[in-house]
Amino acid sequence: MFDYSVLDRAIEKFGNEEKSLIAVLQEAQENYRYLPKEIFPYLAEKLNVSEAKIFGVATFYENFSLEQKGKYVIKVCDGTACHVRHSVPILEALRKELGLSEEKKTTDDLMFTVETVACLGACSSAPAITLNNEIYPTMTPESAVALVKSIIEKEGK
Amino acid sequence: MLKSKEELQALRSQVKEAFDAESKRIIVCAGAGCVSKGALKIYDKFAEIMKEKGVKFSLELQKEPHSDGVRLKESGCHGFCEIGPLVRIEPQGWLYVKVKVEDCEEIISETIIGGKCVDRLAYTQDGQIYREQKEIPFYKKQTRLILDNCDKIDATSIEEYLATGGYTALEKVLFDMDAESVINEISESGLRGRGGGGFPAGRKWSQVARQNNFPKYVVCNGDEGDPGAFMDRSVMEDDPHRLLEGMIIAGIACGANDGYIYVRAEYPKAVARLELAIKQATELGLLGDNILGSGFNFNMHINRGAGAFVCGEGSALTASIEGKRGMPRTKPPRTVEHGLFDKPTVLNNVETYANVSTIINNGSEWFKKIGTENSTGTKTFALTGNIQNAGLIEVPMGTTLREVIFDIGGGVRDGGEFKAVQIGGPSGGCLTEEHFDLPLDFDSLSKVGAIIGSGGLVVMDKKTCMVEVARFFMDFTQKESCGKCVPCREGTKRMLEILNRIVDGKGEDGDIELLKELGEAISKTALCGLGKTAAGPVLSTIKYFEDEYRAHIYDKKCPAGACQKLKTISIDPEICKGCSKCARNCPVGAIKGEIKKPFVIDQKLCIKCGACLSSCPFKAIKEN
Repeated sequence: MFDYSVLDRAIEKFGNEEKSLIAVLQEAQENYRYLPKEIFPYLAEKLNVSEAKIFGVATFYENFSLEQKGKYVIKVCDGTACHVRHSVPILEALRKELGLSEEKKTTDDLMFTVETVACLGACSSAPAITLNNEIYPTMTPESAVALVKSIIEKEGK
Repeated sequence: MLKSKEELQALRSQVKEAFDAESKRIIVCAGAGCVSKGALKIYDKFAEIMKEKGVKFSLELQKEPHSDGVRLKESGCHGFCEIGPLVRIEPQGWLYVKVKVEDCEEIISETIIGGKCVDRLAYTQDGQIYREQKEIPFYKKQTRLILDNCDKIDATSIEEYLATGGYTALEKVLFDMDAESVINEISESGLRGRGGGGFPAGRKWSQVARQNNFPKYVVCNGDEGDPGAFMDRSVMEDDPHRLLEGMIIAGIACGANDGYIYVRAEYPKAVARLELAIKQATELGLLGDNILGSGFNFNMHINRGAGAFVCGEGSALTASIEGKRGMPRTKPPRTVEHGLFDKPTVLNNVETYANVSTIINNGSEWFKKIGTENSTGTKTFALTGNIQNAGLIEVPMGTTLREVIFDIGGGVRDGGEFKAVQIGGPSGGCLTEEHFDLPLDFDSLSKVGAIIGSGGLVVMDKKTCMVEVARFFMDFTQKESCGKCVPCREGTKRMLEILNRIVDGKGEDGDIELLKELGEAISKTALCGLGKTAAGPVLSTIKYFEDEYRAHIYDKKCPAGACQKLKTISIDPEICKGCSKCARNCPVGAIKGEIKKPFVIDQKLCIKCGACLSSCPFKAIKEN
């Protein structure tokens, strides 16, 4: 049985109207780590918005994902400041280490997701990455790989 | 809950007395840059050491004035992020840079107890020690109005905002001015929108004020999506009440009772700080119904963005607040007439609102003296890229590029040579050496085909390939295009394809002309600002660096040596020992040779992947 209580709480908090849609989807994304297909008909009824419209919103915004993300989400900043301080080799090193690519963003064991972000606003710490929203400054391909390895080791215990 | 102007004044003088009584302060910068380098651990360490040593200290503003003891405070961003973590000692104004946890003990015993400066932690430049923050060249040329509080107050304390004169402008507007005089003051000040276009704020406000269609809304664009820009982030995180105060005043001036702040999803701390500030202001009666007994009501709401750059465009932003896909619409009607929920809406960005209280407090005459005739006031810039002093700065409008890059920014990083600076992000353009004496203001920049934009300044050195930079921005804009209008959706895609080909060494004769033609067509025909300015970086790099484009296309060479596919990888026969390791690692079999004799790379087969480079144990393989 799918647990809808997360949605109920979000609707309670933001109100059952169309303008709450993005905020409700954000709560759902944070709780489930993606937008499961079960939520669309449920929200359509509760918010009185068509499923197609909700799907349209969910696919429009970068932060929503229809596929499950990993337990650890690594975002490599590829904003201008990070780009000119060589962020791409960091991204490539992480993808290589975890067997990921531009198309395949999440590892099969749902442990890691590697994606890029346009700018974290941490330009003075360029190149920067985030691991579950915590900023790691002035990274190198080596330090990024070391970070991943330390997580794998911690999880392996 | 404060019920009158007098009650607010009484509270302000009470907290001001407590604030002014603090005789010794340790202010730890807790901006994003310093935190990522360990500032919070330093803060904790200071507390731990003072406890151990029996030094009397407090972590927050005292209720009653106390002049003994030390105030330990987390402040917002000091701006000089490059050399963080930063710690400032008051009353001396000494700035300690690159502070480590191990330094805390010495700071407490030498400086706090002993009253002496720890010179090894002071900033040095060209052999000279600068103890005081205000003497450091990075700060000396700045005029910090908007960012003034950021390195002074604890952003989580409304009392500290009040103690430094917070909400005096609101008080003045509520009780001593009418809506018309507020709009006149803003118009007179010459304040222009800081989000990019530079539209006069006063004119926008008056257009909303004269609409007879209610309710009206005040909306703040905090969707600072330009890569390489973080000025608005600093205001929202480090001085959130300044933004709220500006928005409430806009509400009074235009007759709106609801404010919406749209904040980028990537700024969770800004959201948390604004939520807290709204809660505090509401509890004190500075937001909500019947503010300070004036009869004026104003409620503030926060909307988090969901990662769409196009939502920085006005009509897309209001659509997103309404819960829809953030897609721009054709204009007119404009936002001032049909904005949020189809109602008259004042939409300004964070920095614009942050200027409001300063103008009301000091008057438009005072404000006009800062900056240039047509661009008054200051502008914040995020100085990043290959620059020595990366950080957040604020200078009077009209400051020259030379002053910003060399006097404040300290020149190019690691002794590199200056090539260009990208201003205005993916909507802007590049400036070169010939623009060093160009004043940074709205009109001077638009004359040379660039824009202030939100204020990102990314410095690039000689090793940066300008074609690749143009490709990078086009890649960004193409991904962020909402897809509604054809010129932007298809045009950016085709331009990106051409640029990709050029950096891959497959450029063709006629590509430059085609890029120009496409760029101009998109600029003329796209629906919104994102599309209209999308070609900016390409057109401006062609204008100033056409040679580089030609070198890529006709000579298949990248003069900056940055484009991987245009590099030549070769084996130095003097160093090669003929171990064959590279040949075994080459994925395309491009390397051949006899064991114990120098190997050779067949350039026709080589795909420049670089696998051989890292495999060679003798470093015999070179790329150029």
